[in-house]
Amino acid sequence: MSRLLALLFCAAPALAGEVAAVDAIALERLVRQDCGSCHGLSLKGGLGPDLRPDALQHYDHETLETVILDGVPGTAMPPWRPLLSEDEAQWIATYLLTGGAE
Amino acid sequence: MKRAVLFLTLTLLIPVSVKAQPTGDLGLVVERASGSLLIVDQSERARIGRITGLGDLSHASLVYSPDQQFAYVFGRDGGLTKVDILSGEIIARVMQAGNSIGGAISDDGKLVAVSNYEPGGVRIFNAGTLAMVADIPTSSKTIGLVDAPGNRFVFTLWDKGETWIADMSGGSPQIIRITGMGENPYDALITGDGRTYIAGLFGDDHLTALDLWQDIPQPRAILQGYAAGRDGLPVYKMPHLEGWALAGTDFVLPAVGQHEVLWVDARSLTETGRTPTHGQPVFAMARPDGRHVWVNFAHPLNDTIQVLDTLTKEVIHEFKPGPGVLHMEFTPRGHEVWLSVRDAGKIMIYDTETFEKLREIDAESPSGIFFTARAHKTGL
Repeated sequence: MSRLLALLFCAAPALAGEVAAVDAIALERLVRQDCGSCHGLSLKGGLGPDLRPDALQHYDHETLETVILDGVPGTAMPPWRPLLSEDEAQWIATYLLTGGAE
Repeated sequence: MKRAVLFLTLTLLIPVSVKAQPTGDLGLVVERASGSLLIVDQSERARIGRITGLGDLSHASLVYSPDQQFAYVFGRDGGLTKVDILSGEIIARVMQAGNSIGGAISDDGKLVAVSNYEPGGVRIFNAGTLAMVADIPTSSKTIGLVDAPGNRFVFTLWDKGETWIADMSGGSPQIIRITGMGENPYDALITGDGRTYIAGLFGDDHLTALDLWQDIPQPRAILQGYAAGRDGLPVYKMPHLEGWALAGTDFVLPAVGQHEVLWVDARSLTETGRTPTHGQPVFAMARPDGRHVWVNFAHPLNDTIQVLDTLTKEVIHEFKPGPGVLHMEFTPRGHEVWLSVRDAGKIMIYDTETFEKLREIDAESPSGIFFTARAHKTGL
């Protein structure tokens, strides 16, 4: 279901021709495999904290996007802005906050 | 036709146990997404079996019993599983914590220790039964757990910058706590002779070494200020430190936040050189003879391998096996290297002199590759 939503999410803007499309499958893979390097493949945490929705309740959507894009200075969380667009960070924030990973 | 029949036979045989086979040239490959292990044969360059049902194996590692028949698999979900690579079966399995990150086996093969993120600390188990024999809480995520001679385990505290030595020779752990290792140690290694323990630091601009031959080892900063005056680059994957560091008369170590490999003299621990690399190094592994060093890289440059010459410290070969090169394992004498290429779903085998690709083996999201020869190496 989440995959379907993601596809719709991905397809709609492309049809509208407004926002650059994000590749939901590639992003899900990135979250699992690459965020997963520190946060665990299942996002339960590792050297980095737990990223499941319950653990992220103190973040609003915008703050989480900022954390993804700019990292957390003084910690091991790097800025992903060199690798991700704002649309992609927005997609990832939604994915994490809504438990798309579960 | 003969080839086809052989292939079919091998395919049919995969779930079946491996019987009456010596284990010295076998190995296990972690299939991280499916919670399984492939049993592989180095000499045949082939997969010969699969063990399933090991839980969450993302970032899993394993160690071998001294007789090379059993492996102890440390799953990310806190599972500790003992498998028999001859029968292809799980012998015992315990969920010993919520979230773990590797382990070690004692020099006598009788104890297995596991390093935990959640709840933190180290737990030690009887290698025969997996019954817990010691629980060492640390109030910190623990990393860099290795075995050391004298029935000791050494590990380091990510949150506290301490290294603890747990001496198990008396049955219950006698702990030496060493403070001042540095900020956020992310991994550590012990050299093959069991003398030098080196912790990599995320939060300080150096690494820290301990001489375990001293009664009370004192932390010594090495490569102090190696990134001084330079902007730290984003680290999208922490490097790994493993006991492959000795190349000739130097130890070779990955920098953090700099795209380079660092070299120190193995006796004096003073810097002997730096090699600029393609990206953030993850593993910098000396070939067993030390003549070359193979390096892989963090996301998004993890499709590439560079090979360094130990004498000149220069890159002599670079190639792209495919996206997601997660791990490398040399055959014990170093003539071949096996690479796990996660996104290709392949293990790729290369000749380490000619760099020719010799074989590909299908695997489900392969990560760590572990040959049984590790059974006889301190720290592996």
